[in-house]
Amino acid sequence: MKSQLPLFPESASSVAPQVDALFYAWTAVSIFFTALIAVLIIYFMARYRRRHEDEVGLPERAPVWLEIAWSVIPLLIALAMFAWGTQVFVQIYRPPADAVVYYGVGKQWMWKFQHPDGQREINTLHVPLGQAIQMKLTSEDVIHSFFVPAFRVKQDAVPGRYSSVWFRATRPGVYHLFCAEYCGGEHSRMIGSVVVLEPQQYEEWLAGGPAGQPLTASGAELFQQLTCQTCHGEGGSGAGMAGMAPRAPSLVGLYNRQVALADGRKVVADDSYIRESILNPMAKVTAGWQPIMPTFQGQVTEEQLTQLISYVKSLSGEGGAEAGGGTAEVGTAGGQMGTPAPQAGPQPQ
Amino acid sequence: MNTSATAESIVASPETGFERPNYLNAEYGLRSWLLTRDHKRIAILYLISVSAFFALGGLFAMLIRLELLTPEGDLMQPDTYNRVFTMHGVIMVFFFLIPAIPAVLGNFLVPIMIGARDLAFPRLNLASWYIYTLGGLFVLWAMVNGGVDTGWTFYTPYSTSFSNTHVVATALGVFITGFSTIFTGLNFVVTIHRMRAPGMTWFRLPLFIWSHYATSLIILLGTPVIAITLLLVAAERVLHLGIFDPRLGGDPVLFQHLFWFYSHPAVYIMILPSMGVISELVAAFSRKRVFGYKVVAFASIAIAVLGFLVWGHHMFVTGQSIYAATVFSVISMLVAIPSAVKVFNWTATLYEGSVSLQTPMLYALGFIGLFTLGGLTGTMVATLGIDVHLHDTYFIVAHFHYVMVGGTIMGYLGGLHYWWPKMTGRLYPAFLSRLSALLVFVGFNLTFFPQFILGYLGMPRRYWSYPEEFQVFNVLSSAGASVLGVGFILPLCYFIWSMRYGKRSGDNPWGAVGLEWDTPSPPPTENFYTVPVVTHGPYEYNTQEVHARTSHPEARVG
Repeated sequence: MKSQLPLFPESASSVAPQVDALFYAWTAVSIFFTALIAVLIIYFMARYRRRHEDEVGLPERAPVWLEIAWSVIPLLIALAMFAWGTQVFVQIYRPPADAVVYYGVGKQWMWKFQHPDGQREINTLHVPLGQAIQMKLTSEDVIHSFFVPAFRVKQDAVPGRYSSVWFRATRPGVYHLFCAEYCGGEHSRMIGSVVVLEPQQYEEWLAGGPAGQPLTASGAELFQQLTCQTCHGEGGSGAGMAGMAPRAPSLVGLYNRQVALADGRKVVADDSYIRESILNPMAKVTAGWQPIMPTFQGQVTEEQLTQLISYVKSLSGEGGAEAGGGTAEVGTAGGQMGTPAPQAGPQPQ
Repeated sequence: MNTSATAESIVASPETGFERPNYLNAEYGLRSWLLTRDHKRIAILYLISVSAFFALGGLFAMLIRLELLTPEGDLMQPDTYNRVFTMHGVIMVFFFLIPAIPAVLGNFLVPIMIGARDLAFPRLNLASWYIYTLGGLFVLWAMVNGGVDTGWTFYTPYSTSFSNTHVVATALGVFITGFSTIFTGLNFVVTIHRMRAPGMTWFRLPLFIWSHYATSLIILLGTPVIAITLLLVAAERVLHLGIFDPRLGGDPVLFQHLFWFYSHPAVYIMILPSMGVISELVAAFSRKRVFGYKVVAFASIAIAVLGFLVWGHHMFVTGQSIYAATVFSVISMLVAIPSAVKVFNWTATLYEGSVSLQTPMLYALGFIGLFTLGGLTGTMVATLGIDVHLHDTYFIVAHFHYVMVGGTIMGYLGGLHYWWPKMTGRLYPAFLSRLSALLVFVGFNLTFFPQFILGYLGMPRRYWSYPEEFQVFNVLSSAGASVLGVGFILPLCYFIWSMRYGKRSGDNPWGAVGLEWDTPSPPPTENFYTVPVVTHGPYEYNTQEVHARTSHPEARVG
């Protein structure tokens, strides 16, 4: 047993102090009301204790203002806390414009991570200090949840879709990574660590690992291997092969853009949409195109999917249409707000 | 309220030992119990089965706390641990917390409190107990044959495509038991609408009845949804229909929507009846009308309605849209207000009352303490920015134990201690019962308060082993659980003891008002000798009446 008695969790991300401030404010409110009720009850217990067998209480005197006061005051406090909490929540889930995307895949019972430069890790995630990092998460089997207490962030990794959360580490160190959503037998062993390194150390660490290649490069190779270009054109340009009419829409500039579907709906081409279109092409067919794309279900792994998505994304310039915004990701996985605000969250100094 | 003239003429005194005809001695033999249509006997049947499930669920809780004494998983295998906490949750939620107060105290008291002979559908009432038992047998069968390891929440796709345990049998058990709850709720709604005694208007109803009415509405509207959801789980598991598993084309989060659409209101199914009990106890032991009667009555209805609109607050980190999360968060804040108002009203009832700290009142005050903490931490986790960190940690475990367990058990035990003399005609030992109330309150806080800190530190729930910096608080929690265990075993012992050896209580040992205290203890099979006529509202205390009504002073509890 460790001798120290920890009362406060470590705090190592830009959002952690804000979550803590909110938590302590609520704690203070809770202590106040609990103490108020306790003091009143103990005082009334003593002051109005029954003095003889047949004694009864006095008739109720209920001033209306009192009833109104103790309804309205808690309501105002709760609404204020709601507003404050929502503001913090938006910060936790709305990544800043400079966020770099890392992919995480949960599977029973491990975490697999891919760095943007292609490095892969299992159960340990190295990240550079001060860099905003957006974790895009999915799962190969059941629901898992990516939880780093020191960062005060948590996001479920749901099979069949991407969800995301971001953080900016503010203190070098090694922090717990937990799976927070019960996922079966070894749930409590699906733990790992997040290692926050100074940017220079992080570069050294990257250089020291097995040589990887950036996700987009792997994705481009995969694009060729799977012969996607026969329909989508070389480089996803949408140009028909060998003088034939194109058979599939262009992928250039597609990422985060709105797509009109054959059934009249409109969707945003985000990670989850691209993933679904690869695995289940008939689900959302682009308007004006024949539903002829074969499924790649079972032919690509979750890691390869993230590589393909990175590649498609790279065809829309750095970060895709993200910087341009529009009504991009409303209501999609990850709970991101529509217009990503470049200034959301504190910037590193 | 008028006492019946005939009741006066058949006076039984504690000295003579002569027993008036009552529901307990009306008939003898197992058959007379198993085929009874008397709501009071059915309440006793429920009391026995609910207590048995509580003991079983408690045993699983002790196993959990033993395993968590040390950071390493050393007492059992992880697969065993997962089954243990699942069985603990399934049994406690579906077979204890939900039926406890409505099926035991509600069954016994709803007809008596409104001046009726029985519930509207006595046969349906008996059927509900058999259905409950049948559902329980399914779960017990699953338990004996290896158990189930999905957590009581049955989250998909783990429950439908990955777990190798008895998911279907357990889900069917819960499905079946749901019908017993529906039958009870239906019975209450019809009885309260149609069978009130002459003069018993809606605003003369005791708050116990109001809260049971609100509970019944939730039961009728919510329970079918969990039934359908569990059938869908079984359909995907057995027939591989693609409903929840994305590999089959389903949506795993859809399950959470359906599950919490019932299971969040289910929390109010547990807590509202308990609130009704507390209103009765606070009024009786302050000898005063509940402060703001109408406000408390409508607060129950408000909780029942708003409770259906907050299910999404269980899913803030699943990736639901930020706008949905915002709406669910603000409605969750709103539902806290009627609860807060109730706490203030109970506290204000003591003001200028005649406060007597007998055992039931100790439980009631304990309830207010635990529920206040549970409610306040509830608004904390309804706050979006905090919930992201606290979701699925021990903070949540502590929070819902404070509300569901602290709230429901304090109300259940307080109510049992208050109405035990009515149910059995006997008193229990005053000192031991006060000690039990104290042990439960202290033990409860010692068990669950450290879990708030554990959760804030980041310890996830459902962990079989954990990093060693969390040990201190886990040891505290396990120590508290043993105190709590003693606090629960004590009443079991002295209640059983009192049935034979307890002093006779007389009809009204507390000097309380209410129709149930106007009839003998134990009540006759038909509840009243003549139909009572109600002339004024509940909780109207005056000195002469209290003196006239109180049972013989020798027979008073402590």
